[in-house]
Amino acid sequence: MTPSSMVLLLADGRFPAGAHAHSGGLEAAVAAGLVTDPATLGEFLRGRLATGGLVAAAFAVAAHRAAGVVDRRSTLARLDAELDARTAAPALRAVSRRQGRALLRAGRELWPTGGFEALPAGPPGPHQPLVLGLVAAAADLDPVAVATIAAYGSMTGPASAAVRLLGLDPYRVHAVLAALAADCDATAARAVATAADPPERLPAPAAPLTDIHAEVHTTWEVRLFAS
Amino acid sequence: MRAVARLVAVADGRGGTVLRELRGESPLLLRQAAAEDGVATVYVVGGAAGPLAGDDLRLTVEVGPGAAVRVRTVAASVALPGRPGAVSRMRVEAVVGVAGTLHWLPEQLVAAAGGDHVAESRVELAEGARLTWREELVCGRYGESAGNAVLATSVDYAGRPLLRQSLAVGPAAPGWAGPAVLGGATATGSLLVVDPDRRPGPAEVEAVGGAARGRVLQTPGGALAAWLPLTGGPADLLTATAADAHTLRVLLSAPAGGGVGPVGGAAAGPLPVTTVTAPRPGAAAGTARVDAVGRR
Repeated sequence: MTPSSMVLLLADGRFPAGAHAHSGGLEAAVAAGLVTDPATLGEFLRGRLATGGLVAAAFAVAAHRAAGVVDRRSTLARLDAELDARTAAPALRAVSRRQGRALLRAGRELWPTGGFEALPAGPPGPHQPLVLGLVAAAADLDPVAVATIAAYGSMTGPASAAVRLLGLDPYRVHAVLAALAADCDATAARAVATAADPPERLPAPAAPLTDIHAEVHTTWEVRLFAS
Repeated sequence: MRAVARLVAVADGRGGTVLRELRGESPLLLRQAAAEDGVATVYVVGGAAGPLAGDDLRLTVEVGPGAAVRVRTVAASVALPGRPGAVSRMRVEAVVGVAGTLHWLPEQLVAAAGGDHVAESRVELAEGARLTWREELVCGRYGESAGNAVLATSVDYAGRPLLRQSLAVGPAAPGWAGPAVLGGATATGSLLVVDPDRRPGPAEVEAVGGAARGRVLQTPGGALAAWLPLTGGPADLLTATAADAHTLRVLLSAPAGGGVGPVGGAAAGPLPVTTVTAPRPGAAAGTARVDAVGRR
């Protein structure tokens, strides 16, 4: 993959799609005493990449593919329902759709003819990975780039939240991310390899504690992050 | 070993169920037991140790319209290592017709150290079908580390995807024991309850942009579970992590959020389970409201 400014733009935490408001489940894991230092953060991120990160990357690539097919509206609707079936926790479905709406707003501003009308309509909005796939298609990125952006986002969100939640040294946190770069690339490669599979065969790795913690987190009256 | 088993249940027209077909081969034998609560009950009897790596087992279950079947196993399955590099496989394919009922309540799967096991289940439910589907995974026998195991479950309701989940543990699954997946818990599992009579659920709430709520359960020992309402059909998933198989079974026997009663389970004890409605972990315990204590 040739490095492209467009990839960096979309992967940047400063891209205005609201990513900074989410800890990717880290806030609840910190409160449960399960993440306390760079080592446990690394284990959290490794598990997240292999579960939610892989699902997000696989569906972003599948949506990117769907952008080029004739019946893309029905393909995207099917992918949306398949993502619901992989997201048992209602809190996580709501978060994915909220982030999807935020990214959709940005995408429409940047690429007014990006074909976003093919996404499932309605108040909840489409799941974030589907919007990412279409944004990446509009930006003319290849599948590896799309998958890498999705996988990378699944680990950088919680990593920057860790600095705020635990007061970790940003240098140490970035050392954790650098050590996970190969895992992140491997996750993206797995996602690309599944892209041609029928929607029901796309990866569906489960993370029981992430699901349970997401529901615990929504009951809090005071929290630093939306998820 | 390779083995194929098949179970076909049909309504007898008088409110009961007839097992029209019940055949298996070692190590996958099927035996009819006395009906429980009037529901035809079948036990899967392991005719040999295992599953051992290299085994390929396949079970097909067909529940016709209006029929009801409960499937259990006589003991936990322990996925053991076999030839180096070999994988053991257990595939279950179940189809449940209109107004049919399937209770799938096997004992635990134990991922023994050095094992490599894949359990794949595909369930197709007609509109109006009922299901309770329990899966429990224990990561290693007592005092040993877990072998590789993947539990992949795919359920469709009325032709729509309802649940897709694939839980992977063991050395080949990155981060599986870490704080994002099991957080050091050695037992994990889920109970899927599909009940067409359930009150309108999250699909209606979420279609207008609202968020449905799960219900968190906790034991004093720190085991956690949550009832998660699904959107692809009238269904809830209870997902749990625990330090041992006994606590896990207690959690998976908790009453459902959607008015579904407890399902029968073997060997569940009187461990208290509390429903947590508005706590922050670590906050004053007095803020947690206790909705239910004990089991049944």
